[in-house]
Amino acid sequence: MTMSDTTLIRGARILGGPAQDVTIDGGTVTAVGGGLEAPRGATVIEAAGHVLLPGLVDLHTHLREPGREDSETVLTGTRAAAAGGYTAVHAMANTFPVADTAGVVEQVWRLGKESGYCDVQPVGAVTVGLEGKQLAELGAMADSAAQVRVFSDDGKCVDDAVIMRRALEYVKAFDGVVAQHAQEPRLTEGAQMNEGAVSGELGLTGWPAVAEESIIARDVLLAAHVGSRVHICHLSTAGSVEIVRWAKSKGWAVTAEVTPHHLLLTDELVRSYDPVYKVNPPLRTEADVLALREALADGTIDCVATDHAPHPHEDKDCEWAAAAMGMVGLETALSVVQHTMVDTGLLDWTGVADRMSARPAAIGRLAGHGRPVAPGEPANLVLLDPAYRGTVNPAGFASRSRNTPYAGRELPGRVVATFLRGRATVMDGKLV
Amino acid sequence: MKRHLISAADLTRDDALLILDTAEEMARVADRPIKKLPTLRGRTVVNLFFEDSTRTRISFEAAAKRLSADVINFSAKGSSVSKGESLKDTALTLEAMGADAVVLRHHSSGAPHRLATSDWISASVLNAGDGTHEHPTQALLDAFTMRRHLSGVGRDLEGRHVTIVGDILHSRVARSNVLLLTTLGARVTLVAPPTLLPIGVGQWPCEVSYDLDAVLKTSDAVMMLRVQRERMNAAYFPTEREYARRYGLDGLRMAALPEHAVVMHPGPMNRGMEITAEVADSPRCTAVEQVANGVSTRMAVLYLLLGGSEPALSTPAEVPAADTAGAARPEESK
Repeated sequence: MTMSDTTLIRGARILGGPAQDVTIDGGTVTAVGGGLEAPRGATVIEAAGHVLLPGLVDLHTHLREPGREDSETVLTGTRAAAAGGYTAVHAMANTFPVADTAGVVEQVWRLGKESGYCDVQPVGAVTVGLEGKQLAELGAMADSAAQVRVFSDDGKCVDDAVIMRRALEYVKAFDGVVAQHAQEPRLTEGAQMNEGAVSGELGLTGWPAVAEESIIARDVLLAAHVGSRVHICHLSTAGSVEIVRWAKSKGWAVTAEVTPHHLLLTDELVRSYDPVYKVNPPLRTEADVLALREALADGTIDCVATDHAPHPHEDKDCEWAAAAMGMVGLETALSVVQHTMVDTGLLDWTGVADRMSARPAAIGRLAGHGRPVAPGEPANLVLLDPAYRGTVNPAGFASRSRNTPYAGRELPGRVVATFLRGRATVMDGKLV
Repeated sequence: MKRHLISAADLTRDDALLILDTAEEMARVADRPIKKLPTLRGRTVVNLFFEDSTRTRISFEAAAKRLSADVINFSAKGSSVSKGESLKDTALTLEAMGADAVVLRHHSSGAPHRLATSDWISASVLNAGDGTHEHPTQALLDAFTMRRHLSGVGRDLEGRHVTIVGDILHSRVARSNVLLLTTLGARVTLVAPPTLLPIGVGQWPCEVSYDLDAVLKTSDAVMMLRVQRERMNAAYFPTEREYARRYGLDGLRMAALPEHAVVMHPGPMNRGMEITAEVADSPRCTAVEQVANGVSTRMAVLYLLLGGSEPALSTPAEVPAADTAGAARPEESK
């Protein structure tokens, strides 16, 4: 893999603005303007009509390695990320073994370095074994080579109020943030789908909105009380939006993410009993979807995070209750955001750059990502063709898993090229 | 009719009436010295039971055998299923053995739907109860029973008021009955403590009440659902006694029913819990009759799904008068 390729991108619309030329050299954006000359030996990309954004940053990715390499590895996951326009992903801690020690987070971090497709920033577990009982060595993970700043027991809620309070307090020492998977466990025992009219008809055990909202309410109050940062993972209900909006109005350090699938899909799809729609938190109602879009548009929700959750075929090729929860998302996220937010007029491309790159990078304290497209800035970039229309074909995914809810669905937009520190990881829509 | 029977919602009014009328024909077979028809000879029916249910299984088994089908019983216990074999692999195995119909009982809601819509198997799928979702043949046999008592063979249930009492939240019987009985024109009221009603029940095509006494006077049939004692531990209600007091059917409450009204129970009964022994053993209780009707109804469903176009009773010699004019003589069925 050669580094510091020299590139001229001609006529791209930076953040959706007027057409400009951009040169990249030595891993850095060297010039932005009209009529730039191609440097000697430069690759020239004709990008008329294409939009240039800072490389996307995902706060919530399951790379599955170590432990579940049958569903994804750091290499296949970062290839999927690059294909989706990402230059950095946060690798969730629920691996086998759990990423609850400096050793495991350094292993994931090193695998990311070796992959070369995308920066991998490991997330550390909040508690040992994700069991919610005893704090993991958060400081050791923060001080390790992986420089962990985001801590999460994602997949499980830190439901004990005292443990949550202590975690929030403790991470202040290294400017960390606790990313909470908000799910009151007693209210969601055996839960299979959103609790509402559809679950009642289908006879599937409900996952009520209040199970998410009650934890978020508690945690924003705790964060305010101890003066720490809390981040809400995959916020999924209209009520959760209201609580976060209220917390932000108080000036508290609360941030939140929404997944692409919660911006588009509803629990009506569960009527098919096809486990490809089984996900946690579950798909909600149309009213929730609309509230989430609005909240992402007005900034109440800070960012889009994929919750990319690969699963092997057999874990979805079964009856609903036996199936695993989760969907892959890295390779479709930008298209879903274009479809639900840009094409609907809720967000412009500047807004997309903010919600999918700048803000997640800021929450994760990730240097070198989510930066403006300007001379001297690191050349972490994604070039996309918003006019493209295509049908999602899972067979073409770079991810090792195929559990997408969008198979056969027409979605707009396509990643044309992705640059990680100036080197193309994707060119002409194909992984390099 | 569709090729599978997954939900009572799959049935139009005409489908449902066809099944019930066919079941009347089948019921006549039970009165013969040789209770057997050659209709499904050479066809294979698999009873695939992932959940213990001796009653439902033997009902389907008797139905298939009376139609001369080959019957294979496959229960999860002591089989490859208990060793971790998936529904898919079990289905592929049954497909390879040439199953024509799979009667599926499963603890997971939607499993029959999944089996029917997958490419795992080409057989007809009959839902014999899936999780807390549906149990359409139970609803059919209940409708069959009600029709005999309340409106007459050949008719629907237009204008009849059916009250279903108990654990609606976890009841597949209630879901299927609400769908089927309303298709047949009945008015349905669900009665339960608020904890045992599903969220969104207000949008179902029925009425809901927390007060059993308030609806007894206008009920033509009262269906008491089994309430599992373990629900008490999950705080759905405080004690068994309190449940029985508020939602159980005793002699006093039965006396409040109109004279023609019947008391139904899908079984097995918790005597002393949702129904007292006095009511269970009274002539107004149709629980035992429902079991007999279950065989006739399941015969009709198997016949219509698997053969269909040929008359059920093949030769006129076998069906004297070949009449389905039972509607004219409802008293015959008492």
